[in-house]
Amino acid sequence: MNSQVTAHRPQGCAKVSARSLSVHYGEKHALQAVDLDIRAGEVTALIGPSGCGKSTFLRCINRMNDMVEGAKVSGSLTLDGSDIYDRALDVVQLRARVGMVFQKPNPFPKSIYDNIAYGPRIHGLARDQNELDEIVMTSLERAGLLAEVKDRLTESGTSLSGGQQQRLCIARAIAVGPEVILMDEPCSALDPIATAKVEELIDDLRENYTIVIVTHSMQQAARVSQRTAFFHLGKLIEVSDTEQIFTNPQQPLTQGYITGRFG
Amino acid sequence: MTETTQMARLGAVRPTAEIVAARLKRRHNAERRFRAVGLGAVLLALGFLGILLFTIVGNGITAFVQTYVRIDVTFDSALLGIEGDTGPDALAAANYQAIIKQSLYRTFPEAKTRAEQRQLGAMVSSGADIDLRKMLTADPSLLGQTRSLWLLADDDIDMAVKGHIPRQQGIAGNRLSDNELRWLSELESRGAVETRFNTLLWSSGDSREPELAGLWGAVVGSIFSLVITLLVSFPLGVATSVYLEEFAPKNRWTDLIEVNINNLAAVPSVVFGLLGLAVFLNILGMPRSAPLVGGLVLALICLPTIIIAARAAMKAVPPSIREAAAGLGASKLQVVTDHVLPLSMPGILTGTILGMAHALGETAPLLMIGMVAFIVDIPATPLDPAAVLPVQVYLWADSPERAFVERTSAAIMVLLLFLALMNLSAILLRKKFERRW
Repeated sequence: MNSQVTAHRPQGCAKVSARSLSVHYGEKHALQAVDLDIRAGEVTALIGPSGCGKSTFLRCINRMNDMVEGAKVSGSLTLDGSDIYDRALDVVQLRARVGMVFQKPNPFPKSIYDNIAYGPRIHGLARDQNELDEIVMTSLERAGLLAEVKDRLTESGTSLSGGQQQRLCIARAIAVGPEVILMDEPCSALDPIATAKVEELIDDLRENYTIVIVTHSMQQAARVSQRTAFFHLGKLIEVSDTEQIFTNPQQPLTQGYITGRFG
Repeated sequence: MTETTQMARLGAVRPTAEIVAARLKRRHNAERRFRAVGLGAVLLALGFLGILLFTIVGNGITAFVQTYVRIDVTFDSALLGIEGDTGPDALAAANYQAIIKQSLYRTFPEAKTRAEQRQLGAMVSSGADIDLRKMLTADPSLLGQTRSLWLLADDDIDMAVKGHIPRQQGIAGNRLSDNELRWLSELESRGAVETRFNTLLWSSGDSREPELAGLWGAVVGSIFSLVITLLVSFPLGVATSVYLEEFAPKNRWTDLIEVNINNLAAVPSVVFGLLGLAVFLNILGMPRSAPLVGGLVLALICLPTIIIAARAAMKAVPPSIREAAAGLGASKLQVVTDHVLPLSMPGILTGTILGMAHALGETAPLLMIGMVAFIVDIPATPLDPAAVLPVQVYLWADSPERAFVERTSAAIMVLLLFLALMNLSAILLRKKFERRW
């Protein structure tokens, strides 16, 4: 699987790299000249008040913004040095390398098995049924869901609880064997216990995948990430090690946000 | 600060609870009135539906039985004109009318004059000989023998027996002469008049003789037309909606197309008939009165309905499902075929069947392409001339014979039954494909 490649990469080198990346939604300048490196094998948290551009940045990395009418991207964004917005690059191939987990759990109204098998099927990752079974089982195992669902693989994915659904979505993303996993506020629709499980899972996944997570909860950013980037009104204000951001922020805006003066 | 003082001032004049309580009664009354008006509307609609069904069933129920009279028939080879030759060709060409007439004269010997004999002969349907031919062809040994047989009665006799026309001379609406009335009474007193289930209605095509006219030709024509309609409009409609909803750029042109599709749904159907006449018949030279052309015209009428329903169903698929699939690297086409179409299928099917039900009841556009013709034969292929159910209703309603009145209602009942079946299948399909997320 592709993920093994990432595992052998030295930690700290830039997996995704943005240089003066700007996004316009029609008239609105949603992201303004952002320079940011996402390091491999780390969890990078993107924090900031609503509408600050953190989700916009996230959705640039797998070109989900392509689906939005009137979205225009300028500047450069690279994955392993190759341009994500290169015209020659197939977005299907990009999304196989960059998986995504959404804010609201969105399993397909199909069986648990088919939910996970869908990605491998459309990319032709399994040569036969046995291989497909193995991918499904490994993905469920990595997402920490196998024990809970192994007897009910034929049941609908929508019959699971909210937390299980979100872990199913993570398993579904893993099954394609991505190098980077993007998470857009993955816990905002979950209760605290389910949140704790997903956070634990994110920590486990860090070994094999580069993870970028958008979160509204500063505690969550502090718990799961190694690096944190603070966005405000479409600009990247500050990025550094998580510990430093929360204990010794360099910018007054960052300090104001993390101490709860606004946000 | 200002807010709290305002609140305090309001509270000082009259507490909120008191104001709300004072208005409560008026609110409840308004609610009750609204509910009563709604219930009244439903009851009124049900009442009209009841009247409609009662009239149609009351008028048409008797068409499902048909009057037969019992006559002793002698298979006289001299009268049949087949002396010596009993080959199948001769039997088929024999004069069965003659032996029916002869048998009637023998039953009522008092009919002496030509006028009386003509009246007597007219009591049995001119189609009764078909049964006799079938009998004799199946069993030539009947030749020369006498059998007591039930023969199909003429439509006026049938109407008199069913009580639809008065059986008394001098009363308006009576179509039988004194003689005929007397003979009918005599046959009844002998127990030689009977009503039986009307099999001809379900097996024969149209006829000038009401007692011989059947619906089967129209039913087959309707089925052929609807199959063509489905085969053309479903794929075309779904493909159009997929393109417009998922692939087409949102610009002035697609807006224009959308407005036009919505307008087409409201265009009078006869206009589609004229289009069919101009394009399918005059330019493409397709056969007149054929279910193929009827089906194509009906497909044009169905298309806007199907497209609108399919687009609405696709719009209702949650964007989160599209995002999930796209996020996994599914191409646009895969998102559509793997997720959007399966999830919107119940809505698409419902729209399609409702469109088809609409098409089933269309008359006007079919008149334009010649499907109003009088066609006796049952169509064997969609290229043969045929009638359809609503056109049959129209044709029978236009016929002067009293017996066609009940047949018109019977045809309407069959049409309504088809509609009910189609709507039922729409409900069942929707139930079957429905999924929750």
